[in-house]
Amino acid sequence: METLTDSDQADNTLTVQEKIWARLLGKRAVVIGGSIVACFIIIAILTPWIAPYSYEEQSLSRQYQPPSNEHLMGTDSKGRDLLTRIMYGSRISLAVGFAATSVSILIGIAYGTIAGYFGGKIDNYMMRFVDIMYGIPFMFLVILMMTILGRNIYVLFVALGAVQWLTMARIVRGQTVTLKEREFVEAARALGASNFRIITRHLIPNLMGPVIVFATLTIPTVMLEEAFLSFLGLGVQPPMASWGSLTAAGIAVTSPVKTYWWLIVFPGSAIAVTLFSLNFIGDGLRDVMDVRNNKL
Amino acid sequence: MIRYIIHRFAWLVIILLIISTVSFFIMRYTPGGPFDKERSLPAAIEKNIQAKYDLDKPLFTQYFLYLRNLCKGDLGPSFKYRNRTVNEIIGGSFLVSALLGGFALIIAFDIGITIGMISAVKQNSAFDYLTMFIAMIGISMPGFFLGMLLLILFSFKIELFPPGGWGGISHIVLPVITLAAPFTAYIARLMRTSMLDVLKQNYIQTAIAKGLPYTRVITNHAFKNAVLPVISYMGPAAASILTGSVVVEKIFAIPGLGSHFVNGALNRDYTLVMGTVLLYSTLLVILNIVVDILYMYLDPRVKQ
Repeated sequence: METLTDSDQADNTLTVQEKIWARLLGKRAVVIGGSIVACFIIIAILTPWIAPYSYEEQSLSRQYQPPSNEHLMGTDSKGRDLLTRIMYGSRISLAVGFAATSVSILIGIAYGTIAGYFGGKIDNYMMRFVDIMYGIPFMFLVILMMTILGRNIYVLFVALGAVQWLTMARIVRGQTVTLKEREFVEAARALGASNFRIITRHLIPNLMGPVIVFATLTIPTVMLEEAFLSFLGLGVQPPMASWGSLTAAGIAVTSPVKTYWWLIVFPGSAIAVTLFSLNFIGDGLRDVMDVRNNKL
Repeated sequence: MIRYIIHRFAWLVIILLIISTVSFFIMRYTPGGPFDKERSLPAAIEKNIQAKYDLDKPLFTQYFLYLRNLCKGDLGPSFKYRNRTVNEIIGGSFLVSALLGGFALIIAFDIGITIGMISAVKQNSAFDYLTMFIAMIGISMPGFFLGMLLLILFSFKIELFPPGGWGGISHIVLPVITLAAPFTAYIARLMRTSMLDVLKQNYIQTAIAKGLPYTRVITNHAFKNAVLPVISYMGPAAASILTGSVVVEKIFAIPGLGSHFVNGALNRDYTLVMGTVLLYSTLLVILNIVVDILYMYLDPRVKQ
């Protein structure tokens, strides 16, 4: 845990947000991780314009070429350029990570604030329900959903988000329970604000800190789960490809006799590096915004 | 204490009921059946098959028949493997998966705790930085990527281990490493953080001040409190080990429960899928209960 330095305490002219940013930027791991993720996001956005080859271009005469100047990461079983496919794959992988995390934030905040704000029996029943859900092996239900409801990418967003909302709901509820006793909520109620307005205008903006920290750590978890499902052939379906399904495709053509290492190493490393960076950002954020460390 | 355990087991029954209901109706309400892939059979034969598996009865009757058999511990016949019951299939493969998961859990726990403790005691040393860096890589690597790299390196290139299958000790090494890696990494990081917290506390200072040997303070006084977060992580960890074993079994061609589950879902083998899901859920809940009881034993403060 970082402690406040003298300069932090002396400098009272900065706002809380500015202090958080200053402390975040002071962490090398966060800066490096953040730059890597930012790079990947920019590349993902610009892919249609900067990809070296077109996405569909197949060439059976160029099957399984190892990395060369022409194809920096080699080619796959249909002679497609792997670098191009990884660049397009980044769009899917990152989209799944961010979209499913957003789903979990939405459900978690709605559920957690309602339980925490209304308290009493409602709170008791709602949180007991969360406890029960914790006992369910969700990945198996997701696998079931993906096999049976069809392997649609939107089903994937919702299914993965639905797995992650439980912890989010607990965090939000905990925050709500403490926040609702504060004076500004009482003041709002005295002025005649409705419950809906108090929750959306006063409570939610104030509990975003821990939510953001947890969300940063949820993105890599979700991306890992997407990769896991794609590996089983239940995630992203062709013609779309994610880093997970690209690695899976590489693994599928690997045998003791023939090993096309580039088909596994490059997409697999793309996942590992991204998750690695995201985990470092999440850890840094948690240190900086730690509740126990809340002397901002 | 006994009341608490009974209470928890009551919840187990409720959870299993919910899971079996939800998965039963998800599976039956969606198009596609277990016999779709085959050539169209004469109507009479098809009717016979349907009758054999009770598929001709109304959905709710099927559901109650299933529940009734479930109470007797009978998971029904498999739809795909015609001559075998689900009990037989699961019984044969469960041991394999349990062995794999058990080994992985023990290794992850031992190595993770040791590394975490050393890193905390030697905070900011080269050892600390290096192991925590490696641990972060371990957390960030998808299981199938690590498994495949190990397979290519230590089985295809250097022929140290067999590339897959099930048999002797040599078959188990690579899968267990793959399965244990992320948990070892996570436990090491968790243990380090919690150890650092404990080491700051007064009673540790007291123990050192009164002249106890430092190693004893660490292994006796600090360890007992620092290990608590790791214990409560073991419940969720067991759940992830179960899912992780699906991947590992697929990569190393191990005839375990995970591969039956995935194939069952793909083949619409209703009873097999239900059987595996129910077994996984039961295991998960029981492991969580065991972890909670262990926690109460280790930390008397949480007893109500």
